Amino acid sequence: MGTTVLQSGSDVLTDVEGSEQGDLRTEEMLVNMGPQHPATHGVLRVVLRTDGEMVLESVPHIGYLHRCAEKIGENLQPFQYIPYTDRMDYLAGMNNNQAFSIAIEKLVGIEVPLRAQFIRVIFAELNRIASHLVAFGTYGLDMGAFTPFLYAFREREMILDLFESTCGARLTYSYITIGGVHDDLPDRFLEVLDEFLDYFEPKIDEYNQLLSFNHIFVKRTANVGVISADDAVRWALTGPVLRASGVNWDLRKSTPYEIYDRFDFDIPIGLPGGREGVPRSVVVGDSWNRHIVKVWEMRQSCRIIRQAMAQITDGPHIAAKVKNVKLPDDEVYVEIENPRGQLGFYVRGDGSSIPARVKVRGPSFCNISVLNHVGKGCLLADIPAIVGSIDIVMGECDR
Amino acid sequence: MSWIDNRFEEGLIVTSLDWAINWGRTSSIWPMTFGLACCAIEMMAVGASRFDIDRFGAGAFRATPRQSDLMIVAGTVTYKMASRLKRLYNQMPDPKYVIAMGACTVGGGPYFKHGYHVVKGVDLVVPVDFYVPGCPPRPEALLEGLMRLQDKILHQTRAKDPMSRVRAEVLAK
Amino acid sequence: MAPEEICIILTGEFGDGVVDTVLDACRPYAVVRVDGWSDIARFLRDDGRMRFNMLQCVTALDLLEDNKLAAVYDLFSVPVVGVGPCATLRQHFAIRVEVDRDAPHIPSVSGIWPAAEWHEREAYDMMGIVFDDHPNLTRILCPDDWEGYPLRKDYEFPLEYHGIPATTEHQLNSPRH
Repeated sequence: MGTTVLQSGSDVLTDVEGSEQGDLRTEEMLVNMGPQHPATHGVLRVVLRTDGEMVLESVPHIGYLHRCAEKIGENLQPFQYIPYTDRMDYLAGMNNNQAFSIAIEKLVGIEVPLRAQFIRVIFAELNRIASHLVAFGTYGLDMGAFTPFLYAFREREMILDLFESTCGARLTYSYITIGGVHDDLPDRFLEVLDEFLDYFEPKIDEYNQLLSFNHIFVKRTANVGVISADDAVRWALTGPVLRASGVNWDLRKSTPYEIYDRFDFDIPIGLPGGREGVPRSVVVGDSWNRHIVKVWEMRQSCRIIRQAMAQITDGPHIAAKVKNVKLPDDEVYVEIENPRGQLGFYVRGDGSSIPARVKVRGPSFCNISVLNHVGKGCLLADIPAIVGSIDIVMGECDR
Repeated sequence: MSWIDNRFEEGLIVTSLDWAINWGRTSSIWPMTFGLACCAIEMMAVGASRFDIDRFGAGAFRATPRQSDLMIVAGTVTYKMASRLKRLYNQMPDPKYVIAMGACTVGGGPYFKHGYHVVKGVDLVVPVDFYVPGCPPRPEALLEGLMRLQDKILHQTRAKDPMSRVRAEVLAK
Repeated sequence: MAPEEICIILTGEFGDGVVDTVLDACRPYAVVRVDGWSDIARFLRDDGRMRFNMLQCVTALDLLEDNKLAAVYDLFSVPVVGVGPCATLRQHFAIRVEVDRDAPHIPSVSGIWPAAEWHEREAYDMMGIVFDDHPNLTRILCPDDWEGYPLRKDYEFPLEYHGIPATTEHQLNSPRH
């Protein structure tokens, strides 16, 4: 009777039949993680089949936050549906508003004023920073570091103040709407934003010193849950998860929507250890890379915002007559780059003002589906590291 | 209701004891991290730097129901989740309190009409002490809810309910 | 490659397997026959001109007036460094498979694109399309004992689930609009 042990530092399972432990018999155990668990980022449930400390199978179960968003989409007019998109990926409400708005604009053929597009880009990128800050902070929590969470939320509150001054809401904005944005920017907004960016950009280095290059953190995340580039594409992973695997793919760059082609920015991708200050134990596609790509993306978002602030023009902030639009008998599928990956909206019209079908392709939904594939053979304590680095939001995973 | 409740007649000792116990319970409410949806992010914000729920003695978020006094149901409760929610509530030790945070837990919220899979209010599953409306409620609103809960705890007594004897007699008939 | 060219190649390769091509739509797509879908899917992934290596989304549709259900597959070819000729392709295309509402069976493509596994489970859960040869075709969002397929147009909302009332007097009596 042989047992299986994990060779240190690799995922290779070795049979040690005939060795000293050869007569040791271990029972497999089912561990139920979630839906109420602090490290599952919401109500994800993972059923783990474990052999001692080793995970043989990790099956994610979702649906504990299934809020019928698609059924609601078939019963409301598009502009009424905008608030529901906020509540899908509730950490990135602006990006969700933007995705659905672009889908409807493309379907109906609405031209968005230039100023509105600039405002959209500014807010989408600000929301990306806010979302990555939460990801950064809660990943620290998952790894046992409480302080980065407080730092991240301190800066996030400043971004939320900017949002609040513009649209009055902290979390569910409904600000980006069909045909443009709901209101024009408030007075002195760009000055306050400039002050914030001046304050924020040096903080990114502080975060890295605090968490990303922390020795314990690197030990917990480096070479854990490695996803190869090929696997990432086959499992349709997108966003930071895909880029951490070394695939240079960002919809803002590769198929630019809105006015992203006007800006100059880089796409951070996962790096192997030893280069550009990356810890030696890191490999492309591991949890550490998935974490650091998000931190690097925050800096790129700052660059985009600065360029958008310099280039912004005067003009109307919303196209005329956008409510009660009749949707043509046609269908559209639009994807944009959400903080978590490519958020897709499929909208099908039937000639009336209410869509016949709305389907949401949630990036978290696709990203978490790879968990069983990645989690095979890792240690039990690595599962929170993997789940946290994939950075899911159950609201859009279950919709 | 814990073992000490509803046993003694009202008197100087009992009221002094009440004051001490209530003071202790009020100042150290341990909530459970029960974030379900969007409201959980605001609940996290309450625990984080700016709003700092620790000022009210309720910052020790526990991951297990067995160590917590307060369940802040933050977010939409679905049918799939409802049985788990009930089980977690049953695992909490007495005295236990529930705050329904957000429109979804108060009464289904925006998912009331077309939400085939959404429980129309968490009070259909567990008893609720305080409702904090909003979608999501601002952190200040949650703190207000917490303070109202503290008021409630402050006015609780260990003494026998004078009505309980009457009620028992009525029931006996 | 333009959607027109993809359609021409597909029709050339599979003839009758491609029922219809809709090119004047906002997002062009081809309608294919359900029995040939597996071969077409494999061709779309492996052919050097196609290289659709990423399955972005599977959308289930309820075409109640035609008494049909449909699944729409959105495909994309992502350039992955070092995987041969696909490095230059960045094309998007959609395939639609229509099935009879009474016997909605579509061959699963989860063996071709692993990403399809969850999408197909969702389509089964929400719309009741059965994907043959799927490794684990169970409900994914709704509980296992859920009745009915919620996204079908003729779905009746439940009145109660495990003792929890699902509706209120007000909702029952208020006028529908």
